[in-house]
Amino acid sequence: MTLLYSIFVDPFVQMVQMPDLLAQTLWEGLVSGVLYALIALGFVLIFKASGVFNFAQGIMVVFSGLTLVGLYEKFAAAGFSGPLAAFTALALAVLVMLILAMVIERTVLRPLVNQPDIILFMATFGVTYLLIGFGEMVFGGDPKQMITDQLFLPRGAYDVAMLGGHVSFQKIDIAATVIASLMIAGLAIFFQKTRIGRALRAVADSHKAALSVGISLNQIWVIVWFAAGVVALVTGIMWGARSDVSFALQIVALKAFPVLILGGFTSVPGAIVGGLIIGIGEKLGEFYWGPLVGGGIESWLAYVIALLFLLYRPQGLFGDKIIERI
Amino acid sequence: MFYREAGQFKQSYAADQAIFPIRQDRIGLAVILLIAFVGIPLFGNEFLLASVMVPFLILALGAIGLNLLTGYAGLLSLGTAGFMGVGAYAAYKLSTIFPEVNILVWILCSGFFAAAVGAVFGLPSSRIKGFYLAVATLAAQFFLQWCFVRWSWLYNDNASGAIEVPARTLFGIAITGPSATPVTRYLVVLTIVVVMTLIASNIVHGRIGRSWMAVRDMDIAAQLMGIRLLPVKLLAFAVSSFYCGVAGALMVFLWLGAAEPAAFDINLSFVLLFMVIIGGLGSLIGSFFGAALIHILPIAIRMLPDALGLSIGAATVEHLTFMIVGALIIFFLVVEPHGLARLWQIGKQKLRVWPFPY
Amino acid sequence: MRAPGDKSGLKAGDTLLAVENVSLTFGGVKAISEVSFDIRKGEIRAIIGPNGAGKTSMLNVVNGFYHPQHGRITYKGQTRARMKPYQAASQGIARTFQNVALFRGMSTLDNIMVGRTLKMHRGLFWQMLRFGPAMAEEIEHRRVVEDIIDFLQIEAIRKVPVGKLPYGLQKRVELGRALAMEPELLLLDEPMAGMNLEEKEDMCRYILDLNNQFGTTIALIEHDMGVVMDLSDRVVVLEYGHKIADGTPDVVKADAKVIDAYLGIERGVSGPSQESEAT
Repeated sequence: MTLLYSIFVDPFVQMVQMPDLLAQTLWEGLVSGVLYALIALGFVLIFKASGVFNFAQGIMVVFSGLTLVGLYEKFAAAGFSGPLAAFTALALAVLVMLILAMVIERTVLRPLVNQPDIILFMATFGVTYLLIGFGEMVFGGDPKQMITDQLFLPRGAYDVAMLGGHVSFQKIDIAATVIASLMIAGLAIFFQKTRIGRALRAVADSHKAALSVGISLNQIWVIVWFAAGVVALVTGIMWGARSDVSFALQIVALKAFPVLILGGFTSVPGAIVGGLIIGIGEKLGEFYWGPLVGGGIESWLAYVIALLFLLYRPQGLFGDKIIERI
Repeated sequence: MFYREAGQFKQSYAADQAIFPIRQDRIGLAVILLIAFVGIPLFGNEFLLASVMVPFLILALGAIGLNLLTGYAGLLSLGTAGFMGVGAYAAYKLSTIFPEVNILVWILCSGFFAAAVGAVFGLPSSRIKGFYLAVATLAAQFFLQWCFVRWSWLYNDNASGAIEVPARTLFGIAITGPSATPVTRYLVVLTIVVVMTLIASNIVHGRIGRSWMAVRDMDIAAQLMGIRLLPVKLLAFAVSSFYCGVAGALMVFLWLGAAEPAAFDINLSFVLLFMVIIGGLGSLIGSFFGAALIHILPIAIRMLPDALGLSIGAATVEHLTFMIVGALIIFFLVVEPHGLARLWQIGKQKLRVWPFPY
Repeated sequence: MRAPGDKSGLKAGDTLLAVENVSLTFGGVKAISEVSFDIRKGEIRAIIGPNGAGKTSMLNVVNGFYHPQHGRITYKGQTRARMKPYQAASQGIARTFQNVALFRGMSTLDNIMVGRTLKMHRGLFWQMLRFGPAMAEEIEHRRVVEDIIDFLQIEAIRKVPVGKLPYGLQKRVELGRALAMEPELLLLDEPMAGMNLEEKEDMCRYILDLNNQFGTTIALIEHDMGVVMDLSDRVVVLEYGHKIADGTPDVVKADAKVIDAYLGIERGVSGPSQESEAT
């Protein structure tokens, strides 16, 4: 009885009694949800356009953040620091992501075109290993501080007295949410309104049909991987500003998988909504139910949420019902 | 020239159904087994036995387990390390609760625990497939790893949170613990791996193996042949997890000697998946090739600078290893997406018609 | 080859399968509406109609892959509610597919052996040993499969992975796989699509041989009218999910509605006439 009480009643009592804590938990869940959604967004872009389940998206986040900070450190060591150096490093990091996209297209996608999905999936593992080795060799393996101030990102927190208590909003979290929303809006416009966007959607529907009307697959792939790289860079900056830039982020990036399951592999709104559900569900679960089993359930709760959801609705949040034909 | 089956007529279906229908293959296998059981223990040094052969065989066994699931039944799993961990912890608990029973019995029994856990986590496969299922198995991976950390009963409430292998003997010879010599450990592992490989080969060549492959290739048609998907898939999960569980128990008891939960983290799952893919999906011999390549390659790379007389920092070597392994994975996938097993087949075909091109 | 097991005790001419008022919809789209027909034991029953008429959906309903919203299906005197495909298989319904649905990673021999799955019973323990009873069982079924291979004249491609075979042979292997189940009711979905004349002739001969020698009941979807009219005992014609005619080939051939559906003359509407595939 006490067990049932502590599972089904007590957490909700706590929520109602201390609404400020609930609000704080929800806000934190929302922010981590936004970041999950950003990683998932990178996945979705690539999956839609090239059908590749890109395992390397997580490492691309780390790698791009590391490139930015690493370049800035090298500049600073040469006596060139401040905002100008930071933005030069940012531009160079974008350039690096473009080069990366081109190299991947050239060496991985093009030779492996028409191979089964799992082969391409494994190839992105190869990319992951390469990027880990390369990033650590060039920039070193220790965690780095994100150059928050130099990029004019805010620090500190707003303490808001509400709901009979205090809720603290980190300024960087607010900035992350705003920037993420702007980027998603920008991508949506790009997809819907531009010629390249239309070509992209065509490729997403059918590679062969797109080829037959003269769309260059190779060009589209470079654009998509570059876009995913830029999304990764933004994610890397935001995430790096909240903790620090290190390869430990890679495991966190795996959380994008349950988000993808929830939202469907090809749905951009799915990635966003899925990210928020996972982020908030995970924080609530950890905070209110975690202590019952000794805590740390954040490491698997997201997967279990996604799994239960999947059993109920195999096609994901925004997918159409699959009718199998024979 | 010498590798040609011309003149070897099979006069019964039994002969035709044999796993190695060609005489030269049987001779080759006998030679390999002879080298493995006699040659390597006699002439191998401790490094070769303890750091190369034992891990290679254990990883190959784990890869076979994953290959049964992914290569034969077509169910992608990223939870292999979790199932290996179940085997390891089960063997540890069983051998500490009942120390008088022979450790080999417990190592094999631990496979049943892994099989049960595997079957439970295989249940979602009734409704989902492909990458969606892969993510579901990630849930198994993270949940099991969390159990290994939080459930202190599993490691007998050790302060360190790790499991220490007790010393155990077989016929008075130490086979686990610090006093076991590499040769005995090698021979024990080799025997188990050879026998279990044979059993796996038997399973995949019979009715059960065929129904796994049918489900993999075209599940709708398989259903209309009278195959019930869920039992077949669950059996694949159970058998696969049995192999992984035994591999996990062997890993702790005969290779590492002690293990923390981190030994069964997601990276091990990925490493095994590499082995299966690089070796060849749906090929048992490919699992050995894959394990050899992925395990021995980094060792070779680490030894290379010394051999060449170059002095490179240990960290740099580590990073280079990562990069080279990554590049090689891509290289092998580009050259032969069907894995080393396919290269092996092509090689045999070439040998068959040698010295002519075709 | 053995005659298929006849456990039902039905004589030739008795109703083997009766479909009554079956309707099937996919989220608002009506694939089949209020269709009734029967299949008698020992006959060759053709189902024809323009593309999208619901023929394949009808077969899918019969072997339990789709579940109709309305109507009843009686097989061997048993009316069933919802049936799973594997249950249909175990009751003796086998089929081939419009787009070849072979197990592409397996050899011809293994593909046909899969058809024997339901008849093999040795469990995991014997399978692990692959010795004694398991091996005996394996060889016993191999013998049956070799008979089928002989019957279909595909000895040479026994060990070839089916993915490498040309289309006509794949269709033949698929027929072999269905035969391995020793079916009482064999559903053939366009067995001759995409074949050249010789291949079609071969396939026709196999179908007739099966029917004559072993008394296998066959339901057949086919677009080649010459084949349909020559082979079948009775024909049912579907159009847009409705049944428009049913009877012997001669009756159907003369039916005004059928001529309309295929040639689209009198009503002069677009739609089905554009897709007419009558030869």
